[in-house]
Amino acid sequence: MQFLAQQIVNALQLGSIYALIALGYTLVYGVLRLINFAHGDIFMVGAFLAFFAAVLLDLPFVPTLLLSMAATALLGVLIERFAYRPLRNAPRVSAVITALGVGLFLEHFTLASVGAQPRHLPPLIETVVYRLGPVRVTTVHLVIFIVAVVLMVVLDRIVNRSLTGMAMRAVSWDKSVVPLMGVSVDRIIALTFAIGSGLAAAGGLLYATAYPVIEPYMGVLVGWKAFVAAVVGGIGVIRGAMLGAYLLGMVEILVAAYLPSTYRDFIAFGLLLILLVFRPQGILGRREVQKV
Amino acid sequence: MRRSPGLFVLAALVLAWMAGPSSAQAQEIVVGLNAELTGSIPVVGQSSRNAALMAVDEVNAQGGLLVGGARHRIRLLVEDNHDDPAAAAAVAQKLIYQDQVVAMVGPNASRDAIPAATIAESARTPMISPWSTNPQTTAGKSYVFRACFTDDFQGQVVAGFVYRDLGLRRAAVLYDVASDYNKGIAEIFRSSFTKLGGQVVAFETYTTGDRDFSSQITRIVSLNPDVLFLPNYYSEVPLQVQQARNLGYEGPIIGSDSWGSTEIVALGGAVMNDQFFTTHYAPDIATPEARAFIEGYEERYGSTPDDVAALTYDAFGMLFHAIQQAGSWEREAIRQALAQISQFTGVTGTMSFHGTGDPEKSAVVIRIQDGQFRYYGAASP
Repeated sequence: MQFLAQQIVNALQLGSIYALIALGYTLVYGVLRLINFAHGDIFMVGAFLAFFAAVLLDLPFVPTLLLSMAATALLGVLIERFAYRPLRNAPRVSAVITALGVGLFLEHFTLASVGAQPRHLPPLIETVVYRLGPVRVTTVHLVIFIVAVVLMVVLDRIVNRSLTGMAMRAVSWDKSVVPLMGVSVDRIIALTFAIGSGLAAAGGLLYATAYPVIEPYMGVLVGWKAFVAAVVGGIGVIRGAMLGAYLLGMVEILVAAYLPSTYRDFIAFGLLLILLVFRPQGILGRREVQKV
Repeated sequence: MRRSPGLFVLAALVLAWMAGPSSAQAQEIVVGLNAELTGSIPVVGQSSRNAALMAVDEVNAQGGLLVGGARHRIRLLVEDNHDDPAAAAAVAQKLIYQDQVVAMVGPNASRDAIPAATIAESARTPMISPWSTNPQTTAGKSYVFRACFTDDFQGQVVAGFVYRDLGLRRAAVLYDVASDYNKGIAEIFRSSFTKLGGQVVAFETYTTGDRDFSSQITRIVSLNPDVLFLPNYYSEVPLQVQQARNLGYEGPIIGSDSWGSTEIVALGGAVMNDQFFTTHYAPDIATPEARAFIEGYEERYGSTPDDVAALTYDAFGMLFHAIQQAGSWEREAIRQALAQISQFTGVTGTMSFHGTGDPEKSAVVIRIQDGQFRYYGAASP
């Protein structure tokens, strides 16, 4: 029982990080119908920017978080402006290929500029271990969970309660009508990329806080996993991405806890694939009706 | 008698052939280094390259190797294998067939060295891996050598150290199941430790690139072991140690020679203090040969050489020794001379070969204190 409780704490930490990254996939897909395969690498760049903010500027946790989110948001806007916008009316496959290219570019740009050597993010949060009965919870667990939940609630508010959010939902519904209402589609799309990339940077910093070794390829596998989480939850649906991410974190941890961990990814992804067979639109997704 | 042009050409060809590699005319000897310059263990590749350049420059500063009465300069080709098994094999092919090296040093990591060794063996080209300790690298091959001990030996050494010197009986192991080195040494540790009378209570796995080990470590902690053995690479060990401490494991943590890069302290910081690992040499109790190398390396690169650097230097030392002994740099002659090295005193100790590619040599135990590697003791199985 205490073993299970500890594993749930472990899973909440992993799931929170997946959730912040999965939200970026789901936001961009929701608004633009584009799967931004560069997102995992934006997450990596966010972690490196946080690393430089923490090491070179010697900033504490919160300013590091805000600075890296802001810088990565800007990067997201630039990527959208120069890589995706010229292809907005091109066949969708061109945009997907471009996204893969942008991802490779970010990886190798980072590799060439900071080197292949893994870096160590200095501890920005002092690790204190609390014992809740037999379960051990650290300040790192708490910070990750709290930051993730706060950002998710803020995002949910923006999308569902604000005018900008209404514009985002409108662009998602139909890009051709929205300009008639006096809304700039370009601005809304740029904003979507900014928010998604900023969340990825937050995920990057939290990830580097929990696992303080960062390197240029760290975004690849995590990016794929967050993408799977977003699809399982129902891509394009914000609450779905969160649900999918926590589900994936839980399945990964519990499989490794009760079975040889070699089976972890195989069973985790196997289960998710089976789920998609029965609910291809994801858990919270709505089936899209194709107009013919 | 009319002169036959054919005969003349033939005579010229014979002369040219006689003037080949063994003549007094100075020619370059081309050797290759197949190293992990990028990928998951780039520090290993850099150390290896640094030491290789140093070894070659030292020989060239004397005018080259003395073969057949003349000095021949060494030309070193360094290739990056990205710490990727397929790329390591491709690099081996390029060095052997395209660049026509007389011998290849590296790769270092066993997961790269094993496929590269297969290529070297089939191309009948001598290969010396400085750092690959997996038995498979040299097993059944006559052209592949190494400058280090094997995992069979090291696994027994660690098991003996834990059982006898530390007096611990219940061990847990967490290792990378996708990497030949980690898996090999974990299994040998388990069998040796059990044979000694100890008990392996947990034998947990992960795969290369994983960052979250909390699930496996939680299980290990719940089984309450006396000692945790982590035969993993320097880029992952600090995360594992940190997560183990946070999840409540308080006992000693032991490693193997894959911990040997001081990068492990840079990445892990204070959490790495007071841990032990077995390795090839200890910079702080060096022999005169080792002193000269360490000082030269520090002067040239501004850092203490790690075990990969020392072993790469020894691999080149053995290769140069073999070429001079053979009096030739033909691949077959080098191979024979390498196999017959009966006593070679290098930076990492004395090694001798007994018909296989594996040298006989000893291991040391290092303790990490205040971020420094300190000699703790010699170790034997």
